[in-house]
Amino acid sequence: MGLLDYKFENSNILITSLDNLLNWARLSSLWQMQFGLACCAIEMMAASASNFDMMRFGVIPRATPRQCDVMIVSGTVTLKMASRIKRLYDQMPEPRYVISMGSCSNCGGPYWEHGYHVLKGVDRVIPVDVYVPGCPPRPEALLEGLMKLQEKVRKGSLVKVSA
Amino acid sequence: MTAQEIHDSLKAKFEGAVVEAKLDAPQPWIRIDEHRIRDVCRFLCDEPGFEFDYLMCLSGVDYNDGNLGVVYHLSSMPQKHKIVLKVRCTKEDPHVQSVASVWGTANWHEREAYDMFGIVFDEHPDLRRILCGDDYPGHPLRKDFKVPEFYNGMKVPY
Amino acid sequence: MIDSKTLPTNYVTKPEKRATSTGRSLRTDEMIINMGPQHPSTHGVLRLEIVVDGEIVVDVIPHIGYLHRCFEKHAEHMTNYQQVIPYADRMDYLSSMSNDWAYALTVERLLKLEVPQRVEYIRVIMAELQRIASHLIAVGTYAIDMGAFTPFLWCFRDRERILDLFEMTCGARLLYNYIWVGGVSHDLPAGFVEKAKDFCKDFRTTLKEVHDVLTYNEIFVKRTANVGVLPKDVAVNYSCSGPMLRGSGVDWDLRRDDPYGVYGKFEWGVQIGKGTKGTVGDCWDRYMVRMNEMEESTKIVEQAIAWLPEGNVQSAIPKRIRPEAGEMYARTESPRGELGFYVISDGTASPYRVKGRAPAFVNLSVLPEISKGAMIADLVAIVGSVDIVLGEVDR
Repeated sequence: MGLLDYKFENSNILITSLDNLLNWARLSSLWQMQFGLACCAIEMMAASASNFDMMRFGVIPRATPRQCDVMIVSGTVTLKMASRIKRLYDQMPEPRYVISMGSCSNCGGPYWEHGYHVLKGVDRVIPVDVYVPGCPPRPEALLEGLMKLQEKVRKGSLVKVSA
Repeated sequence: MTAQEIHDSLKAKFEGAVVEAKLDAPQPWIRIDEHRIRDVCRFLCDEPGFEFDYLMCLSGVDYNDGNLGVVYHLSSMPQKHKIVLKVRCTKEDPHVQSVASVWGTANWHEREAYDMFGIVFDEHPDLRRILCGDDYPGHPLRKDFKVPEFYNGMKVPY
Repeated sequence: MIDSKTLPTNYVTKPEKRATSTGRSLRTDEMIINMGPQHPSTHGVLRLEIVVDGEIVVDVIPHIGYLHRCFEKHAEHMTNYQQVIPYADRMDYLSSMSNDWAYALTVERLLKLEVPQRVEYIRVIMAELQRIASHLIAVGTYAIDMGAFTPFLWCFRDRERILDLFEMTCGARLLYNYIWVGGVSHDLPAGFVEKAKDFCKDFRTTLKEVHDVLTYNEIFVKRTANVGVLPKDVAVNYSCSGPMLRGSGVDWDLRRDDPYGVYGKFEWGVQIGKGTKGTVGDCWDRYMVRMNEMEESTKIVEQAIAWLPEGNVQSAIPKRIRPEAGEMYARTESPRGELGFYVISDGTASPYRVKGRAPAFVNLSVLPEISKGAMIADLVAIVGSVDIVLGEVDR
């Protein structure tokens, strides 16, 4: 049934590095902050609904930032909202990741020139790990961005070796 | 009821309140004195035969000649007629009577006009900025508005 | 505004009921609770400041503007009337087609332009499919607010089929830029008519399923009937529109009462709230109006497809439109209600002023009136039944 079937003969011992194990656990349960901003939030909802089913990647929406690993900034960040996003990001526990979804939160999108109330890119207030382009990105694009984030998690290390 | 009839009855009822009118426009409008707009609206809303019970839209306008304006689009559900009212005020003294006591919907529309154009609606129950933050500098939809360089430590231009 | 005498006794806790088991009355203070802008059931970035006395909502102060994207400023700065359409798309992102149509209609009336018959029919088909898609989200997310997850998945499943139809027409899933001033950007693609017919046929089954699992569900009825009653006179005074107004029993639909497009040619009915499960104008009525409207929209789409005429999909207008100086306010019935645009032209190629009259903005302003005296859990039901889209509230 699974990949691991027939890999073990008589025991269930697997030898791997601690980093690999922890990263595998972390990347398969990236809990997402249930938090929509604008048009992209609808595509994010579509991505978690029937046809695209984001939950198969272990992405479960949580209503509080204290339980979240990843924040998907889905839509236009306005000047009024920016300080709230910063606060929500600060409330998330480490290690935390940010996916910037859509042109607006990447760089201001169509509002870059005359948007007197639009922040031109969420990376001016919080660090961003993955940028997903599009206006709005299709759900497939969001899933791609999520897989890119998983790659990033896979390459990271939580176990620091002291010199 | 035609625009001409509405215009004539307003002129007869409120002496001097009708400043200007353009009744042959596709959507005829009547300009009212900005300090008497509430009484006119109250009359139009309550008087049988007029019954303008539905305020479709209230918009602020910057005419770019030192004047600001407010445009009221009224419609009547029972009578099925429409009329447009306008008022004007100067940028130095932007005071207009509030009509929030006539139509509840005017409350938020007037707050928006205050936020975007700086038009002060006298006797409004709760005149605060609605869309921009309380400390946002200036009124963005005025034609002479300059985008601030920084807002709360965040760079605004691209 | 709510008359506590007409409501069931369990709705408003009366002061004399507030007593402890020892018989002494419990002294309560008012407390202020902040809800949003990050809250799962505010449908976006709405922030509510709620004054509560125990569990009773004393006052609600909505704070909006967290998604103010300067639509009107952008419209003034465009070099062409057509360029405003992508921004109008992003106003109400759940019903972009309706927004495009409302803006295009305003500019066409300013130009005194008649569009070809085929365009009118295509616009009706698109707007009604959009209405179904938008109401599906409204119903699905409302079900989540009320604690039911299954209808959400079913609604999204069927909405995807409408999005597929839109995608094959104009290439986009959410923001279409399809209805232009003077026509539409492309003709309908091959196979659209058959797919749309199939959808209409299957969609009635979905509606029935949702009715079965939600509409007459005892839990759902208990949560929504008699909650958030919006009386007729308040609804008109606050200029509510769409399902919010019709839910209060006002027989008013701009498709019939201020006609535009070719709606007069079809057979369909205006749905109003009747107070089947409680009082007229409660949350259940507003929900039911949406459900019934989806059925009416299906009827309109079927008729429009059957009678679709041949012809051009663009009228002959110059690339840079220059309407003569003047002004126009035109209104349409978007899924959320009266969507109007007020456009002032000064004779140049770019609009002098564009004001969007957003139905959700106006509908939301009545929230403090209808939620006073409700329980705090019912506030979620009330906010959900208003069906706001923050992109449109804040523009």
